[in-house]
Amino acid sequence: MSTVFGQVVKRREDPRFITGRGQYTDDVQLPGMLYAAILRSPHAHARIVSLDVEGAKRVPGVVAIYTGRDLAEPMGTVPTAWIPPESSLKTPPHHALAVDKVRYVGDGVAMVVADSRYAARDALDLISVQYEVLPAVVNQVEAMRDGAPVLHEEAPDNVAFHWQIGNVTDEVFNQAEVVVRHTIRQQRLVPNPMEPRASVAQYNPATGELTVWVTSQNPHIHRFILSGILGIPEHRLRVVATDVGGGFGAKIAVYPDEALVAFAAMDLGRPVKWTEDRREHFLATTHGRDHVEELELAGTRDGRIQAIRVRAYANMGAYLSTAAPGVPTILFGLIVPGPYTIPYVGVDVYGVFTNTTPTDAYRGAGRPEATYLLERMVDLYAREIRMDPVEVRRRNLIPADEFPYHTPTGLEYDSGNYHLALSRALDMADYDGFRRKQQELRAQGRHVGVGVTTYVEICGLGPSQVAGAVGFQGGLWESSTVRVHPTGKVTVFTGSSPHGQGEETTFAQIVADKLGVPVEDVEVVHGDTARISMGWGTYGSRTTPVAGSALAVALDRVLEKARRIAAHMLEVSTEDVECADGQFYAKGAPSRSVSFQDVALQAHMAWNLPQGVEPSLEAQAFYDPANFTYSFGTHICMVEVDTDTGDVRIDRYIAVDDCGRVINPMIAEGQVHGGIVQGIGQALWEGAVYDEQGQLVTGTLMDYAMPKARFFPNFETAFTETPSPHNPLGVKGIGETGTIAATPTVVNAVLDALAPFGVREIQMPLTPERVWRSIQEGGQRS
Amino acid sequence: MEGSKCSVTLSVNGTSYTREVEARLLLVHFLRDELGLTGTHVGCDTSQCGACTVLLDRKAVKSCTVLAVQADGCEVTTIEGLGRIDKLHPLQEGFWEKHGLQCGFCTPGVIMTAAGLLDENPHPTEEEIREGLEGVICRCTGYQNIVRAIQYAADRTHQAEPEPVVEVAASAPTGAQDSLRQEGEDA
Ligand code: FES
Ligand code: FES
Repeated sequence: MSTVFGQVVKRREDPRFITGRGQYTDDVQLPGMLYAAILRSPHAHARIVSLDVEGAKRVPGVVAIYTGRDLAEPMGTVPTAWIPPESSLKTPPHHALAVDKVRYVGDGVAMVVADSRYAARDALDLISVQYEVLPAVVNQVEAMRDGAPVLHEEAPDNVAFHWQIGNVTDEVFNQAEVVVRHTIRQQRLVPNPMEPRASVAQYNPATGELTVWVTSQNPHIHRFILSGILGIPEHRLRVVATDVGGGFGAKIAVYPDEALVAFAAMDLGRPVKWTEDRREHFLATTHGRDHVEELELAGTRDGRIQAIRVRAYANMGAYLSTAAPGVPTILFGLIVPGPYTIPYVGVDVYGVFTNTTPTDAYRGAGRPEATYLLERMVDLYAREIRMDPVEVRRRNLIPADEFPYHTPTGLEYDSGNYHLALSRALDMADYDGFRRKQQELRAQGRHVGVGVTTYVEICGLGPSQVAGAVGFQGGLWESSTVRVHPTGKVTVFTGSSPHGQGEETTFAQIVADKLGVPVEDVEVVHGDTARISMGWGTYGSRTTPVAGSALAVALDRVLEKARRIAAHMLEVSTEDVECADGQFYAKGAPSRSVSFQDVALQAHMAWNLPQGVEPSLEAQAFYDPANFTYSFGTHICMVEVDTDTGDVRIDRYIAVDDCGRVINPMIAEGQVHGGIVQGIGQALWEGAVYDEQGQLVTGTLMDYAMPKARFFPNFETAFTETPSPHNPLGVKGIGETGTIAATPTVVNAVLDALAPFGVREIQMPLTPERVWRSIQEGGQRS
Repeated sequence: MEGSKCSVTLSVNGTSYTREVEARLLLVHFLRDELGLTGTHVGCDTSQCGACTVLLDRKAVKSCTVLAVQADGCEVTTIEGLGRIDKLHPLQEGFWEKHGLQCGFCTPGVIMTAAGLLDENPHPTEEEIREGLEGVICRCTGYQNIVRAIQYAADRTHQAEPEPVVEVAASAPTGAQDSLRQEGEDA
């Protein structure tokens, strides 16, 4: 086996990006192209009384204006694609443009199409809409109260769904030695990939073919759903995700916007482009998180966790976005027991409509919420029983010899060595040393703290059977085609759709490793439904474990055929052929060999193939994983809090992650870095805030605090490698671990620093003001 | 609203262009839509993200915050003009070597910001680099490898004989764009 698997290889996608030759959706220029702009509701809840577009039509360059009434007939509604079973899920119609009523600030009201970006924007200002403003509700708990404003008549109590799982009983809590109760608010976040969403559509009326370029993490899902909304047969619809500038979940959903652009292109017979501005991103691209959670943990005095019970109220926003119902249920509830041997678990989730931007997946999607509540509860429990929080974790982590491990929520954790990752991280951090130092510093009036998170993550979504069982309206397998050209160069077509994660490189490494060809000889194609037969996209840390495995299976097929041809060329039997470093040898006679390139050429010439072997050298695989796969690890953060200002400084951050076998350590480390920063962003700075009227007061990058370079020290990262036993590469996922682990790690560190003040909880984000206030209040209490 | 057109002449990556543009046209849209130089990106509408950063008379500026007419008579360097694939600028090399990018969307702006930074301070400390990145946002990388990339470039650039900041590159739209246009027409 060659050594390219597991090595640092510079990214093959980079040359185009560092020279400005990437191709993002907004870079697509077509002859005769028009530009769309969307008028969005300024009210959170209102009836549309009248809508006058006459003034706007007179703006020079305006070609067409569409309203909700114009499109209600010809366009289908925008569906949700995740319907958790036994949850009484309501699916009120979501029109591409609001017809009678707007339900959040940002709800689409009209679309202008003009011959320039600027003209389209000018015209928006001249559309006059009369609204009858209705009372709005933005908080999910308030929305469930009697008398709250009702968004959809299909859900008179604003409950979109109610989902439960678990085996816990009141009995367990009644008999427990220790019960810790707590309420947490997981604030709402705005994903903010740096590339705004965009779409370009082009229609050929003669052939009936529609091409839609869209900023998508899953172009085939876009095709599937758009074909329904637009009534275009799937084989006439091509969806292309060129380079995509980050997604973090926000580019999973099929939005009204791309359907509108496509409709206009068909209606007008000219290409149409739409690109959101950042303000629109804040208002009309899905948000993440936003839970209110009532929590109870039962345990013994000696640190054994017996039960955890969660009642969560998840804010779904005004409509159910594509994957939204699965996020606070399946992706959250099933992983609540985390990496611990907790025998009893109960999760009860209400998904609630409010007059806010719809929520959906945001990096980690459900798993960060679960990890946060669990890790906070473990720390509170440790404090309650006066035990070091690391010791509590040690006593509850699933031992390495108990894998595969079955959780009370029905998951089977495939493999793990949680104690190893923990001890490695503790060593790197010199945890005991820090605890001693902490005492000294406290005596000097300095407030340092340490937070430790041990986590496990559901990766590699997922077996399609499970997808069906949990109500996902699609499969979760993946496709891969390996095409070997006559010269032995290789093109890989993958159904996953990476957008920054580096699979053009790591997948080429998988190919190089299996076939013994140089990495440079491999091209990885993704993101185009016309070139790739099928795929379900990139999210849920599934690309490497699922699409990578599909690639491995297809490569084995290529190799098997190549071996037969090589045997024929060497005039030995197939069993007597050995293969290494791109050469096929006759067993015992290593001087007799043919190269992979020789075989590729012969496969295509087909002058003398073994009997029954078809020409060419190409294989396809459709891989459905046997199980999810479970990455895990330990993160440790050390902070110092300035108690005069409430400012938190991160002194050290240590991450030990285990994502199974690592293909390219540089890329894996990069994923961890980015994830940590996003997780810390939630802990310390980020938060979407609505006022009572439903106005998003954090609606620009001026008001919504994004992590900046100067806020961080260098992170110290390491990997342990516990292969997944059920996929051919032994890999797991690494894209979301940082975000999942970092938030509780930092919050626990801050609360540890403030323990002398009796501070038990601070609402995220832990801004200096909140930290300072809690010190004042905690100080008074203690 | 649409106003009268003004004539602007500016040099972009060493080539002089004269165009009639609306007075309100942003420099970034001039570069992207008029000249087809789509390497410069737009990531926000409040001058926060830095994705649009170019060099204007050797100074890093946010081209979403400059009108094309304000750049009249100026020299602009965009990412396309910084270095060529066969002769990369040390910063481009650094970003590639040190994995300073993931999705690549912020990257042109971050590189141009760093070019401005190194022009003023060829050997910045890590802290100065992190401070110098105040005007850019990268959502993907967590910044650590961006810092390493800039350090790499700083190490590679001798104070005595600075690398030329500007490498003149083709000003026409990229080949990739042409092929896209082709695909579009065929569809
Ligand atoms: S686009 Fe210029 S700063 Fe964001
Ligand atoms: S690399 Fe994606 S935003 Fe920086």
